[in-house]
Amino acid sequence: MKRIYLDNNATTAVRTEVLEAMLPFYREQFGNPSSIHWAGRSVSEAVEEARERVARLLNARPEEIVFTSCGSESNSLALRGSVDFFEARDRHVITTAVEHPAVLNSVRFLEKQGVAVTVLPVDGDGLVDLEQLEVAIRPDTILISAMWGNNETGTLFPVAEIGAIARRHKIRFHTDAVQAIGRVPVDVQAAEVDLLSLSGHKFGAPKGVGALYVRKGTGLTPLIHGGHQERGRRAGTLNVPGIVGLGVASELATADLDRQVPRIRALRDRLEAGILSRISEVRVNGHRQQRLPNTLNVSFAYIEGEAILLFLDMQGVAASSGSACMSDSFGNSHVIDAMGVDPMMANSSIRFGLGPDTDEEDIDFVLEILPPIIKKLRDMSPFYSEKAAG
Amino acid sequence: MYSDKVIDHFTNPRNVGVIADADGVGEKVSASCGDRMKIFLKVSDGVIEDIKFQTYGCGAAIASSSMMSELVVGKTLEQALALTNDDVAAALDGLPAPKMHCSNLAADALHEAIKNYQDKG
Ligand SMILES: Cc1ncc(COP(=O)(O)O)c(C=O)c1O
Repeated sequence: MKRIYLDNNATTAVRTEVLEAMLPFYREQFGNPSSIHWAGRSVSEAVEEARERVARLLNARPEEIVFTSCGSESNSLALRGSVDFFEARDRHVITTAVEHPAVLNSVRFLEKQGVAVTVLPVDGDGLVDLEQLEVAIRPDTILISAMWGNNETGTLFPVAEIGAIARRHKIRFHTDAVQAIGRVPVDVQAAEVDLLSLSGHKFGAPKGVGALYVRKGTGLTPLIHGGHQERGRRAGTLNVPGIVGLGVASELATADLDRQVPRIRALRDRLEAGILSRISEVRVNGHRQQRLPNTLNVSFAYIEGEAILLFLDMQGVAASSGSACMSDSFGNSHVIDAMGVDPMMANSSIRFGLGPDTDEEDIDFVLEILPPIIKKLRDMSPFYSEKAAG
Repeated sequence: MYSDKVIDHFTNPRNVGVIADADGVGEKVSASCGDRMKIFLKVSDGVIEDIKFQTYGCGAAIASSSMMSELVVGKTLEQALALTNDDVAAALDGLPAPKMHCSNLAADALHEAIKNYQDKG
């Protein structure tokens, strides 16, 4: 059975070029980049080269890149590190209802410590109202955290406009760009971003490495205390192979925007159009235009998402669902709920995340097997037969 | 995460459908995840002659409906009333822990259908 991986928003395969670049840093160049001797020096050069590559990807400066262990750490460092830095003040933080749990749960943690929090609602497309954002800003607001692209629906926030608002009010702006890297252009100058999170495993680097962009002059209190690594912003001996891999993946990500993304977008659109033409009573979740080019989130009336996923999986297709029954994945989707989607539709949402390895044959296979799966489940559903009976 | 029996019953569910002139109809909805099972019974001389179900829910919900229907067809109402959700899960070689609460409703739905039959007198 052919295996078709359409869950690239969950994680991606390490790219061949990335893996090859990493391998020498396990046995031959194993030194600690903080050491001054021969074993450390060459490794330290490789780390700094990776830093330059990540900086170039974001249109940032190398000294503004802090390597971390993952996207969740980057988000935690941005939020908690900012709040701790403003320790002497009353502190108010603004975020949105559709952020990744790494942001939302950090914010809830801060709230318990006495930080005031505003969580902005979203509309049916998953977008925030910028006027509402301005109204939420208070004299004690220190931070706005709003994601670049949503991991479940792909909806893209107007980050440049949010950045301009933050700048105008002299508030720092953090964006979780974990899903955006390699899929849409990400430029910290154009978007006036102060803090930006990224994670290697979402774009062809390995799991366990990420980065936080920290604009020069943006003070942060570290989460991890220890040595002087990363200019005192994140202690711990660096994950050298991971960082080298992140550097190579960053370079590939920039090239991909022209080379791969138009192709992936066309395949995503083919999948979307194919589903809409073959299956009735389907809802596309997320903004139809302002959306990550690789992401399609669809709901099928009268049935439940996990059951759909199981049938897809049996035929080799890996996707993901926002169903309440999926307690281990992104289950019980707060994102789809926040968009005001009917709970039954929310419960059947399926996310397809295309990637560089996806081809037309994969998409056509899904379009072939999906309609009978939906029909089979609808034929079993009491809601469907009651609706048919009127 | 699912046993082979669950996968079998999920892939080829037995007794799916409706009975137009059912003697008893009952249903159960899970408060936690919204799973819904609807059961149709044909009863003669205190024995379940035919059973059909419709289920809205995950793989575990569909498999447990199917397994329950197999366990009680041809059985007396007394035997059917003695069946528990846990018996159904055991017959499926178990269900993942999170599913035991939300999707394991088939015996409850069956009992509702029997009650509906008995209430009709
Ligand atoms: C938008 C977003 N932010 C943060 C994360 C967390 O990244 P990591 O898995 O590297 O901690 C993810 C991954 O699921 C994500 O999609």
